[in-house]
This record gives sequence, structure tokens and C-alpha cells, in this order.
Amino acid sequence: MAQAHDHSELFPEVMPPEPEKATLEGKNKFFGIWFFLGGETVLFASLFGVYLALKNSTAGGPSSQELFGLGLVFIMTMLLLTSSLTSVYAMYHMRNNDFKKMYLWLGITGLLGIGFLACEIYEFAHYITDYGFTFRSSAFGSAFYALVGFHGGHVLFGICWLTTLLIRNAKRGLNLYNAPKFNTFSIYWHFIDVVWVFIFSVVYLMGKVG
Amino acid sequence: MATTVAAKRSFWEFIWDYLTTVDHKKIAHLYLAGGGFFFILGGIEALIIRIQLIKPENDFISAGLYNEMITMHGTTMIFLAAMPIIVGLMNAIMPLQIGARDVAFPFLNALSFWLFFFGGLLLNLSFLFGGAPDAGWTSYASLSMDSPGHGIDYYIAGLQIAGAGTLMTGINFIATIVTMRAPGMTYMRMPLFTWATFVTSVLILFAFPPLTINLFLLMFDRMFGTAFFNVALGGNQVIYQHLFWIFGHPEVYILILPMFGVFSEIFATFSRKRLFGYTAMVFATMLIAFLGFMVWAHHMFTVGLGPVANAIFAVGTMAIAVPTGIKIFNWLLTMWGGQVTINSAMLWALGFIPTFTIGGMTGVMLGSNVADYQYHDSYFVVGHFHYVIVGGTVFGIFAALHYWWPKMFGRVLNETLGKLTFWPFFIGVHLTFFVQHLLGLMGMPRRYWVFLEDQSLDLGNLISTIGAFLMGVGAIIFVINIIVSAFGEKAAADPWDGRTLEWAVSSPAPYYNFAQLPLVRGLDPLWIEKMEGNGKIPAAEPLGDVHMPNGSIIPFLMSIGFFISGFGFIYQTDNVYWYLALYGGLAFSIALMIIRSVKDDYGYYIPKEELEKALEGEAK
Repeated sequence: MAQAHDHSELFPEVMPPEPEKATLEGKNKFFGIWFFLGGETVLFASLFGVYLALKNSTAGGPSSQELFGLGLVFIMTMLLLTSSLTSVYAMYHMRNNDFKKMYLWLGITGLLGIGFLACEIYEFAHYITDYGFTFRSSAFGSAFYALVGFHGGHVLFGICWLTTLLIRNAKRGLNLYNAPKFNTFSIYWHFIDVVWVFIFSVVYLMGKVG
Repeated sequence: MATTVAAKRSFWEFIWDYLTTVDHKKIAHLYLAGGGFFFILGGIEALIIRIQLIKPENDFISAGLYNEMITMHGTTMIFLAAMPIIVGLMNAIMPLQIGARDVAFPFLNALSFWLFFFGGLLLNLSFLFGGAPDAGWTSYASLSMDSPGHGIDYYIAGLQIAGAGTLMTGINFIATIVTMRAPGMTYMRMPLFTWATFVTSVLILFAFPPLTINLFLLMFDRMFGTAFFNVALGGNQVIYQHLFWIFGHPEVYILILPMFGVFSEIFATFSRKRLFGYTAMVFATMLIAFLGFMVWAHHMFTVGLGPVANAIFAVGTMAIAVPTGIKIFNWLLTMWGGQVTINSAMLWALGFIPTFTIGGMTGVMLGSNVADYQYHDSYFVVGHFHYVIVGGTVFGIFAALHYWWPKMFGRVLNETLGKLTFWPFFIGVHLTFFVQHLLGLMGMPRRYWVFLEDQSLDLGNLISTIGAFLMGVGAIIFVINIIVSAFGEKAAADPWDGRTLEWAVSSPAPYYNFAQLPLVRGLDPLWIEKMEGNGKIPAAEPLGDVHMPNGSIIPFLMSIGFFISGFGFIYQTDNVYWYLALYGGLAFSIALMIIRSVKDDYGYYIPKEELEKALEGEAK
């Protein structure tokens, strides 16, 4: 009776083709993260709305044309877009049950994320020290840091999440218990990337050109 | 069987069980208890408001305290009483109605409850620590930016914590309904209450994030010196109103749609007839939810958005009357030609129809942007929204409690006391709020502390206060009913000759809900089996071991962490040492998140033998 359920169904000899959705828990996580991201979309939409309403309220401080440099933002965009691609590779290897390659690509994903975050910290520091453009200096500043900072916070959260996952599962290989966890992270990471595409267009491009 | 085990346990084991439970039925008990507590609190606040307004130039409470009372009455009733009780009902019934053993994320479910509870506690502790929020339940940025003391900060922190819990509940219920319906339970066979839960959860998912952002912006402005609403630095206070009502208008549908579901169940059961126009009811629910997102600016007609915007929002608002009308007529036609039983649950449902329809009609009046300039911020508005919220949501809650009490607690509520609850409350509602329309038309503004003598407002206010006390009498009789019924006879599995799956399991349901997942053959599955089968739901799977989630204390502790950091946020403006609480609380909660993440939790299995024994016991 007790030995009938040692949860061996979570550790099959042959992995099913979609290990992330093979169990009910996995399916729940898959749907759960999508619905969560639906809510997150509205969260960011609200911040975009606030930003669009306040982006010209500079209160005599620097405007978006004076502040933004597209070079750095281009690098950041490339870093984040590439990290989205590498997380696709990781999920591809997960479905092929190639644990090592999955780890390799997830590791690269994390490093690219850290690179993006480093650029963003540099960017913020540059605005604050060289332009005196802060969270408090004008309504434009408040809206800018709230939107972009909120996205940066999401990247930071994603990196911490990924690190925890990678450390925890480093020594035990892939199974039906942790496969949904990797997949959930990957979906989240794509979302962060998509939000950045909008930030790049609405904040930086429109701020520089529009 | 479960009850005999419960009787042997000590008090502390009982408490520990509820602190660590992830069972949707026990979480429902917690929600109902927590929501009930805050309902009493909000009710007392309402009575204090009405006592203050019983006569002209009364000085029962000070003007400042009056502002705190109106703010806390609104905030408490909406966020801490109505919504938790509704979520409690959904928790108790929805998984049973779709033939599931629990919700998709039982751990998250427990976390949702504890976040709500500690958020509500934090908000109400403001009364003890130097003053409650006093800028109205909307807490518009113009007023709330200038409110001295920490009242508004409590509003921000308390609602932020409770709101996070609600958002998780929304995600949880959507996932549950999508993935965990029993075999044969297609979408168009789901009971209306489950449909309402589904659509309401979608509303929660899309409506709460704007509130979250709004509270963040207000927090940044008040506590960290940003400039979102600071006009001197280019801020814009209308943003607050937009974000608030983009949340706030769907919120009223979050409060009423579940009740539409409740009434649909009750009318069908007690008319012994299939719900009239099931498909139309489902689509009307969706249409109301969709339109509910399109009309937020009708709360802002007098802001000055311009005639074009106002006209569009006015037309959208009036359009909502169409799907709502479809519902009203379908309920009436469900009863038409049915074998109608009038008991307590049905009385609330019958009382709801005229009351809510009056509220709906004043809603259409308010939706006319031209006329709204006259009604805006007057007692006409107060009368209108109490007709829909009390006549809809509170009547619905009472109806649902009388209807599902046997399933949730294993006892049938006393019929006589049930009717004695209804009549004073029903008469009280109309006395209190009908005259408020007239008071509003005669020029009485809302949120005013006193009114002058001989301005034809004296009699109306007196009648309104008398009505409020009648509602109080009804509520007290309901509490007496709960106590009396606790010692009454045990409920049968199916006391109302029900139609849906929840009546196919014992009252209260066993902790695993269904020993074997049920096979659903159509709409109203139990009724189908009663008419065409042997009255029992066929099983969709052979009897086997049942997988169950493990209980956990982490949700409780995690919520305490956020609770402590809430105090840190509120008081760090006074003294930097409060950063210790802010970061300490957050670190504690995040550490618990990491523990939850790295500690494997496979759940456990109920062995087949135990289920067999339980089934034999039921057969006897």
C-alpha cells in the first residue's frame, strides 16, 4: 500500500514528449502562468498609460530627447531578445530530455539577463548623476522610473528565480516534477522580453523621435 | 466520519488544522468567518454614520471621525466583507460543482486567504494607531495626498496586501475550471454559479492590476516623494481617477456576477425546473463582464472629459441594462410554470428581483451624462449603489448562505429564523435607501457630516436611520440562527432535491470530495440521474488511491511577513529604524518563498482501502 505510492510516476524511465504538461500539476502551472501574465499585461498597460500621460511633464528638467541614447538601448534590446531565444533552446533540449544542454542554455539566458540589468543600472546611474534626472525630479521622471524600473524589477526577479531553480535541480536531472518549473520560468521570461519590446518602442523610440 | 474524528481533537489541534489547511472547504470556512467578522465591523460603522445623521446638526461623532467612518465603512464592506464572503462561497461550492477534488493551486488558495486576512487586519489596526483612512473609499489623490497622519498609508498597505491575495484567487479559479472539470463536464454543462465564478475570476485578473498600480503610485507619492499626482512637478490627478475606476467599475461586477450565479441555482432548484435560457444566461454574464470594462468613465462625468467621451460612456453604460434585463426575465420565466417552493433562500432571491431592478433603473438614470451633473455626489448616488450592492450582493450572500449552509457546515439553517431574518432586513433596506434617492434629489450631498434643520431633509434622514436599525435586527437574527442551527439536526446529502453535483456528495463533503471522479451526462447532472438513472452519479474511473496536497504553515507565516513589512512601509517616513521592519518582513516572506520553492512537495495518497470503508459507511 505505502510502496504503491512512492511518487515513482513523477520519475519515469522514458520521458513523455511534453514533460512540462504530462501531469495535472504541470498543466495547472502552464495555465496558471499564462493567466498570471494576463494580469501582468494589465499591470504594465497601466504603467504605460501613466507614462504616456506624463512623458512631457518635465517640470523644467531634461526631456526624453536630451536624455536617451539609442546606442545603449540597442545593446540592451539585443541582450534581452537573445536571452529569449536561448531560453527557447533550453526548452527544446528539455523536451529532448537533454538535461545538460538545457542547463547550458538556461545558464546563458541568465547571464544575458544579468548583462541587461547591468546596462540598465548604468543607464539609471548616468541619468541621475549627469542630468539630475531622478524618481522625484519631475512627473516625467516618476513615470519613467516606475515603468522601466518595474520591468527591471521583473528581470531581477526572473534571474533570482532561475538561479534558485538551477541550484536546486543541478544534481538530480530532469523529471516530471521539475520540468513544469523550468517551462513556467521560460514562459515568464518571454513575457519580460515582449514587455521590453514595447518599452523600447514607446519609451525610447518615441521619446527620441516622436 | 470526518466529524467524529474532529470531535476527538483538542482545541489546539483544531486551530493548527485551520492554520495549515489547504483544503478548499476549510479555506471557505475561514473566508466566511473572516468576511463575516468584517461585515459586522462595517455594519457597526454604518450604524454610527446613520446615528450621526438621525437629526439635523447632530454631534454624535466629530467631523474627522465621521470621515473615517464613511471611508472605512465603504472599504471594509467591499474589500473585506463582500468579496471574501463571495470568494468563500466560490471556494466551498465551485470545485464540487465541477467534480474536482480541490482547486488547481491549494497552497496559493491558503496564501490568498491569509493575505486577505492580514491585509484587512492591518487596515483596521489604523483605528488603534492614530486614525483610520479618511479620504473616502475611493481615496482620490487630491484628498489623499493632503490627508495628515498615517490613515491613508494604512489604506495603501492594507489594500495592497489584501489585493494580492484576491488576484491569486482569480488565477487559481480560472485554472481550476479550465483544467479540472470532471469527465463530461463541458463548458456548456457547467452550472451558472461556476460560470459566474469563472467570469468573475477573469474580471478579478484584469481589474485588480490597475488598482495595484494606483496604490503603488499613491504610495510612491506619499511615502517616497515622487510626483505622479504632484501638480507642481507636472503630475496629473485625473490619472488616479481613471486607474481607480478602471478597477472600480469591474469591481462592482465582481460583486454582483457571482450572485447572479447564486440566484440562477436557487430559482432552478426551488422551481424544480431547468434554468430558463441557460445559454442566454451564460452569454449575458460574459457580455456584462465585457461591457463592465468599457464604462469606467461614467464615474467621472463631471471631471470634464468633454461631451464626446461622456456620450460614449453614457451609451455604453445604458447598454449594460440589456444583458441584465435578459437575466431578470430568464429568472422570472424559470419560475413560470414551475413547482415553486418559498423558503428562506428563495425569499432572498424573490426579494432581490424588485430591489435590484430598482437599483438598475436608477443606474440607467445615472448613466445619462446630462442628468448626472444633477445627481453627482448626492445621496441619489448613495441610494442607487446601496440598492444594487445590498439588494444584489448582500441578498445574494444571504440566499447563498441559506442554500449552501447544509453543504458547507452539515446543518440546515432554521426556517422560521430564516424568514425572521429576511423580513426586517428587506423592509429595512427599502426604508434606509429609498428615501436617500429623494434626499439626493432635494440636494443633500454625500459624505457630509451634518445637515441643517428645515431644509426638508429631517424626516428622510430619520426614516433612513430607522431602516438601518431594522437591517441590524435582521443581521442579529441571522447570527442567532447560526448558533441555534449548530445544535439542530444534521443535514442530509441532498436536502433541497438539488440538481447539480455538489448535492451528490455527503453534507459536509468528505475531504477528498469524490472517492471516484463523477461522470457528467448533461446540464444539471444530478437531476438527469434522478430522472433517467438510479439517482446516483456514475463514476468516471475505477476506485483507486486518491492524490491529495499536503497542508502547510508557510502561507500563514508568509502573510505575517508582508503584514510586518506593511508597518515598515507606513512608518519609515517617521523614523529610519522602521526600515528594519520593512526589509525584515519582506526578507522573511521571500525566504519562505524560496523554502517553498526548493522543498519538494509531492502530496500524499489516500489509500483505496480507506475510500472503500468510507463508501460502505455511506451506503449504510
